[in-house]
Amino acid sequence: MIELRNIGYSVTDERTGRKNVILSGIDLVFPDNSINVITGQNGSGKSTLIKLISGIEKPTEGSILYNGRDITDTSITDRAKAGFTTAFQQPVRFKGITVGKLLDIASDHKNNLAGLCDYLSVVGLCARDYIDREMNDSLSGGELKRVELAMAIAKGGDVFLLDEPEAGIDLWSFDSLTKLFTKLRGKTVLIVSHQSKIIDIADNIVLLDREGKPEVGTREEMLPAISASRNVCSVMEGSTNG
Amino acid sequence: MDKLDRELLEKIADLHGIPEGSYNIRKDGKSLARSSDSDIEILPRKDGKEGIDIFVRAGVKNKSAHIPVILTQGGLLDVVYNDFYIGKGADVTIIAGCGIHNDTCGEARHDGVHTFHLEEGSTVRYIERHYGEGNPEGKKEFTPVTRAFLKKGSTLIMEATQLGGVTSTDRLTTATVGKNARLIVKEKIMTSKSERAVSRFKVKLTGENSTADVISRSVARDDSYQSFVSDLVGKNRCFGHVECDGILLDRARILSTPKIDAASPEASLVHEAAVGKIAGDQLIKLMTLGLTEKEAEDTIIKGFLY
Repeated sequence: MIELRNIGYSVTDERTGRKNVILSGIDLVFPDNSINVITGQNGSGKSTLIKLISGIEKPTEGSILYNGRDITDTSITDRAKAGFTTAFQQPVRFKGITVGKLLDIASDHKNNLAGLCDYLSVVGLCARDYIDREMNDSLSGGELKRVELAMAIAKGGDVFLLDEPEAGIDLWSFDSLTKLFTKLRGKTVLIVSHQSKIIDIADNIVLLDREGKPEVGTREEMLPAISASRNVCSVMEGSTNG
Repeated sequence: MDKLDRELLEKIADLHGIPEGSYNIRKDGKSLARSSDSDIEILPRKDGKEGIDIFVRAGVKNKSAHIPVILTQGGLLDVVYNDFYIGKGADVTIIAGCGIHNDTCGEARHDGVHTFHLEEGSTVRYIERHYGEGNPEGKKEFTPVTRAFLKKGSTLIMEATQLGGVTSTDRLTTATVGKNARLIVKEKIMTSKSERAVSRFKVKLTGENSTADVISRSVARDDSYQSFVSDLVGKNRCFGHVECDGILLDRARILSTPKIDAASPEASLVHEAAVGKIAGDQLIKLMTLGLTEKEAEDTIIKGFLY
């Protein structure tokens, strides 16, 4: 179980010196064996929340507990070793490091072709075509994203933090992707997403709001709030475009 | 050959004892062992200079020659001239390189001047590794010069690596690339402490449809200094690409000086250079996979250089 207690995160604009509050007074609980989808408008702090839980950023206020233990000050590495697995919104490129090597690092052992195939076939890639490819711009955005997910699968763990995992992945592969997430049932899964197909598999939904407190509930409870939020967005977009 | 000789040969040429095929092993300014056959013939030079002439018979395929040099003493300046004559249509691998073990506080230096003459349609993969070890106070220096003349349809693939212990190096590589010929250079240099490495390339693309691809990757640690200078001239319809990527650690400095000269309206020349610290998101990604920051840094550098 992951518990966020009164979490706040703010950054200071170096140019103006003004404090920019991204998250404030967040209290959330992500139970074991649950798929939680975090949604909300751009700039509502969804990715920041993932970064705070994975240890990439430190909260400026509050504390984070994992199974009752305060992990607010533990490092990224320690959290990764404790079972936290993160898939980035923007996959990181590496000059000279191959997909196969990254999967070996993620799984913490040297894999043979069959082992690498297990990780890559889940995300719809053929191992033979990819393991010797460098994780760089020679791969398309969708391919990088799939490899990013394959690394998360290879690493395994108990807490999966997936930031917009479906972004850049073609609609044709969407169903197999949602199947992949349902396979993670039994773990604590946090997915940042706006996609209704992903929201459909959620046990719980967190709707982040730029100003107010997040709204939290089961999928059934939250669907009206999400629809309302979307209507607000479409009205806003309409007015901007108009 | 003693234990130290064998260790140095293993480091620079992956050699475990005497190699198969043609070879010339040079130690402390003298030839230690030599063997050649009719496919790849190795002969002492006739002009009185130190060094060897290597003749590769036309049409010879899938053969290799080892020509490593080791220096195991301080106070030695070893200058050697090696000329390679690659026959028409031949396809061979030449493994060179030099290892210096200098236990003194003095200077040990190897200047290898290598000239390649590639006949029509020939292909050479030239692998050169430089390595230094011994007393940290002692100098281990290299001033290699590689000159290549590529005739019609020939290919030279040069892989030059310097991975540690070399206190000072000043490399010069020049090439004249003829019609439909290809030059591919992959250079990897790592410096640390107060080491200095200068690498200069002068490439002339003279032939129609000639190409050159020079890729330099460097890692500079501590207070070391590296300089990469490339001078690429396109005199015909040709394509040239130079890429210099450098990772900076500690207080090190890397200077990259590109020059591209399209002397023909049909020439297409590209230069790319990027020097900086290891990207923070690369470290973070590997740390989310369970590596410590140090392990992540080592993994990134290893991937970058190997």
